[in-house]
Amino acid sequence: MRSSCSALKGVGMATIWQSLELMIVKGLPNTILLTLGLIAGGLALGTLIAFTQVYGYRPLRWLCKGYEQLFRGIPVLVLILIFHSGLARSFNIQLPAFVSALIALALRSGAYQSQIFRGAIQSVPQGQMMAARALGMSKTKGILRVILPQAFRLSIPPWTNEFSSVLKDTSIASAISVLELTKQATLSYTRLAVIPGFGAQWTLLILLLVALIYLILTYAGNAALGFLENRLRIPGFETKGRIER
Amino acid sequence: MNESQSPPSSDVILRVEGLHKSYGDNHVLRGVSMQLCRGETKVIIGPSGTGKSTLLRCVNQLSVPDSGHVWLGDKEITSRYENINHLRAEIGFVFQSFNLFTHLTALANVRLGPMKVKGMKKSAATQLAMEELEQVGLGDKADAYPAELSGGQQQRVSIARALAMSPQLILFDEPTSALDPELIGEVLEVMVNLAKDGMTMLVVSHEMGFARSVSDEIIFMEGGNILEQGPPEDFFTSPREARTREFLSKITELYGE
Repeated sequence: MRSSCSALKGVGMATIWQSLELMIVKGLPNTILLTLGLIAGGLALGTLIAFTQVYGYRPLRWLCKGYEQLFRGIPVLVLILIFHSGLARSFNIQLPAFVSALIALALRSGAYQSQIFRGAIQSVPQGQMMAARALGMSKTKGILRVILPQAFRLSIPPWTNEFSSVLKDTSIASAISVLELTKQATLSYTRLAVIPGFGAQWTLLILLLVALIYLILTYAGNAALGFLENRLRIPGFETKGRIER
Repeated sequence: MNESQSPPSSDVILRVEGLHKSYGDNHVLRGVSMQLCRGETKVIIGPSGTGKSTLLRCVNQLSVPDSGHVWLGDKEITSRYENINHLRAEIGFVFQSFNLFTHLTALANVRLGPMKVKGMKKSAATQLAMEELEQVGLGDKADAYPAELSGGQQQRVSIARALAMSPQLILFDEPTSALDPELIGEVLEVMVNLAKDGMTMLVVSHEMGFARSVSDEIIFMEGGNILEQGPPEDFFTSPREARTREFLSKITELYGE
């Protein structure tokens, strides 16, 4: 009895090490990769949509408005399932789980990011574009040389928010078995839980560990963005009219 | 008589004919015509809401007139076949609210047009921008951002920005109206020097001292029309129209001589 118990414990410890390895070495890189993909995809999409919404021709503006309303109004989980199971069963389009999650989440993030950038573009005063045009710049040059650099700076603080959301939302991809951090964690504690007298307590511990890892990632990302914001700081873009008392 | 007085037409830089502009029901310009010769300075005065700023904006098409024509030399600005960006590059515009590019230093503000519109190399544009900043007395502020400059300094940078494009003429839209009284002088001084150096200028302003001493002609606008125009000595001493006299006495009351 004693020996079987210690044998079980040996199996348990091995499983724990294996679990940690799967989470950190296999899961975490997928989470980071997915986040980076989403940020890049959402950024490209969001910028395009935002500029079209502000400067585009009317039909294009409507199209962008529709897109933005649609993808801000559907739960992420439903979106992911549509792009994974829905497409697969109705049209026999079998996208790898990672790709489905990337597309669904990027479309969502693009919609949110577009509103961040639209707000930033619209808070650049009209006179800036007027001065650019008065110098003889085309509209496109004015956007690239004058509006974009200012809007970009203005959008960093709200964008930090979206970065946190995107990073944390990657955990929803576990629903379609993308082997990212959360999915590896659930697999791990399920495996551990079946080891009698040993595993059950690990469920909470592993989930807390996962929570800590997300916390560290979010903190690190925000710190990096804060650093960027500071590097790009220019007189005139800081918070004005600080009340001292 | 008129024939002999008007200079040869090749000297006319700006010609405005029959400009009309409405914003909704508000008929702001009601057929304004005028012209400006090389090296001339004309000052437009008149009560607020009479279309002075709209006239300037219609000249470089920041506002598109409903009808009428504007020529820069022999090119028609109002023609849809002309490239408006090329024409605007030859017309400086100084705004009441400066509109310096907030994210750029004074130097970069002045340098941007020559580089991005005229395709000048960065080193050459930097040198040019430095010279223009020195001309407005702000060589030492080259690296300052607009938010770090006073209103007067910002307006001088914006004049330097216009000058760096070597424009054929500069339009000034109430350049000192947004400034604290003690900062007006430094901007006017720059403008006086420009006029003396032979720059062609069309200025909307309430600065009667400037108008009197620098302008070749005063244009009095009211209700979307030019009511009276003439050399400052005639204009101020013996205005023909009753409305002009009334306006002048009001202005004198407000701003002094």
